[in-house]
Amino acid sequence: MAVMTYREALNVALREEMQRDPRVFILGEEVGLYDGAYKVTQGLLKEFGPKRVVDTPICESGFTGIGIGAAMVGLRPVVEMMTFNFSILALDQIINSAAKMYYMSGGQFNIPIVIRGPGGPAHQLAAQHSQSMESYFYHVPGLKVVRPTTPADAKGLLKSAIRDDNPVVFIEAETLYPVKGEVPDDPDFTIPLGQAIVRREGRDVTVVAYVGMMYRAMEVAAELDTEGLSVEVVDPRTLRPMDTETIIGSVRKTHRAVVVEAGAGFAGMGSEIAAFITEQAFDDLDAPVERVTGANAPMPYARNLERAKTPSNERIAEAIRKVCSANGR
Amino acid sequence: MAQLNTAAPGVDAGLARQLLSQMMLIRRFEEKAAESYALGKIGGFLHLYIGEEAVAVGASSVLRPDDYAISAYREHGHCLAKGSDPRRVMAELFGRRDGLCHGKGGSMHLFDKTTNFLGGHAIVGAHLPLAAGVAFAIKYRGGDQVIVCYFGDGAVAQGEFHESMNLAALWKLPVVYICENNRYAMGTSIERALAQTEIWRFGHAYGIPGEAVDGMDVLAVREAVGRAVDRTRREQEPTLLEARTYRFRGHSMRDPAGAIYRTKEEVEHEKQRDPILLFRTRCLQEGWLTEADVKAVEKDVNDLIDEAVAFADASPEPPLEWLLTDIYKEG
Ligand SMILES: Cc1ncc(C[n+]2csc(CCOP(=O)(O)OP(=O)(O)O)c2C)c(N)n1
Ligand SMILES: [Mg+2]
Repeated sequence: MAVMTYREALNVALREEMQRDPRVFILGEEVGLYDGAYKVTQGLLKEFGPKRVVDTPICESGFTGIGIGAAMVGLRPVVEMMTFNFSILALDQIINSAAKMYYMSGGQFNIPIVIRGPGGPAHQLAAQHSQSMESYFYHVPGLKVVRPTTPADAKGLLKSAIRDDNPVVFIEAETLYPVKGEVPDDPDFTIPLGQAIVRREGRDVTVVAYVGMMYRAMEVAAELDTEGLSVEVVDPRTLRPMDTETIIGSVRKTHRAVVVEAGAGFAGMGSEIAAFITEQAFDDLDAPVERVTGANAPMPYARNLERAKTPSNERIAEAIRKVCSANGR
Repeated sequence: MAQLNTAAPGVDAGLARQLLSQMMLIRRFEEKAAESYALGKIGGFLHLYIGEEAVAVGASSVLRPDDYAISAYREHGHCLAKGSDPRRVMAELFGRRDGLCHGKGGSMHLFDKTTNFLGGHAIVGAHLPLAAGVAFAIKYRGGDQVIVCYFGDGAVAQGEFHESMNLAALWKLPVVYICENNRYAMGTSIERALAQTEIWRFGHAYGIPGEAVDGMDVLAVREAVGRAVDRTRREQEPTLLEARTYRFRGHSMRDPAGAIYRTKEEVEHEKQRDPILLFRTRCLQEGWLTEADVKAVEKDVNDLIDEAVAFADASPEPPLEWLLTDIYKEG
């Protein structure tokens, strides 16, 4: 085990996979000479050269399409979105080309591509540069969608994403890049896509949260522990396919659930999780599933408004207390 | 009656027969598809290639089997010319189990891995970057294949056309872009859509060599694409060709006559330059083929297409379980 940042863990994953498989290459804006807008690809141009670390002009749709075309005939591109906000320009390629090609071609052309980059709320970057983009993707059959929370997950999941034969949308958390954690050194260390993890065991309530919200949920759980509330925190890690089994298993044990997400709540991840908990574990529930979501507003710039947009520890705690007080715990 | 008199070095009876028979095959295929659509055997959008056959046939005749081709949604001709089995193409249009894509793609999404035909893409402009990506992969591997990318004049107004030109030129990618300029995108004429209607000239700005070619003359297309493919293969650089052609039918079966946005006179005038009639006349004049040869080709083609329809008719619908297969590749 080495202690490294989330950013370094991603960098190591890229390096190891490029060493392992000559078909893997990186494509995107500023990934080479500039060492990556967020330095995730730092040093890779030097190590692998411009054939495998390809700087593109600013044309998300064009270079994403190039990645998909290359994947059609057997390469394994890792396309970097400088930030996921810009993936909207490539949405057609990702949804209409990458996600559907295998199906439309009756199983003839699979698309082994990873589209990765930072996303989610950032600091005072305002509406166009600070938003949770996963909801644009997890609705789409044919895509896999990953949101890694810890440095170890970042490494293990990115390696799995690169080895996967399908298009994987891999949205890192911009605010977590400097976060440090233990990461296995083993170059064969991977974390399978579609596996949730119980971050903290508890008896009274299940909180489902990922990336930044997972850390908040953990803080709140520690706090509530002192009040005698035992909170279990489950991190789905992969949003599609989702490990519903682990989440349902936890809810069957605690009988209560709170889902936290940074994005706007309407038809968000929380809606889906609440729906399948209700469908699959209704009889086990002692209270309705509670959602704590980002406000249904674009991301504002002003510091105070920005703080109010994203779920706070207080709102998470309040939701937990609410479900726990319903029908007498 | 219009005539062709392009120089035709190296054309012999064998080649003449091949080109004529492929064009006639596509024509017959499309006529039968239209008929089957009217009978309700084909659904959705159906875009016929009638009038444009010389482009796919001329271009494909200079490709190697390991070269790639990719197209938009008016692609039956490109797919057949690249070598797909007409029976499986028809079965795909019928949405049947033995279709190229097992009934999951339909008319607009034909794919055939065995011929390196890479689809069938129905978002206007979206497959131009894909073609550049395939060319990128060819170069990455150090291969000497090329990819031919067919697209309509409608795609030229899209950003992805310009992104692809820029990237293909910047990275010197072995892709031959062939714009099939049939002068209309649905009901919008090129004059109402493009600031530059001589589409090949867009290549200038990107340093991409190109030219316009008479898309009704299969030998002219063969010659121009042959040069383009040779150059692209040799120099590892893109080429942009504009094949001037015309669709004789409406945009799709939902626009059967294609009459609102163009005049009858115009359509009739263009039909004088039917690529099949022109080439057939030429073959007879040059003595490449006799009347009897042409008759024989016609009969063979009709038989093949009848067989394709019978095959498609006989092929079962895909089993319901297939709704949920081919979404993710396992392992
Ligand atoms: C992005 C996008 N916008 C609109 C359409 C609807 N549409 C389908 S075909 C077409 C016209 C395209 O014309 P052109 O590229 O000239 O090809 P042609 O039909 O003439 O072969 C349009 C607008 C589409 N499929 N994709
Ligand atoms: Mg057109």
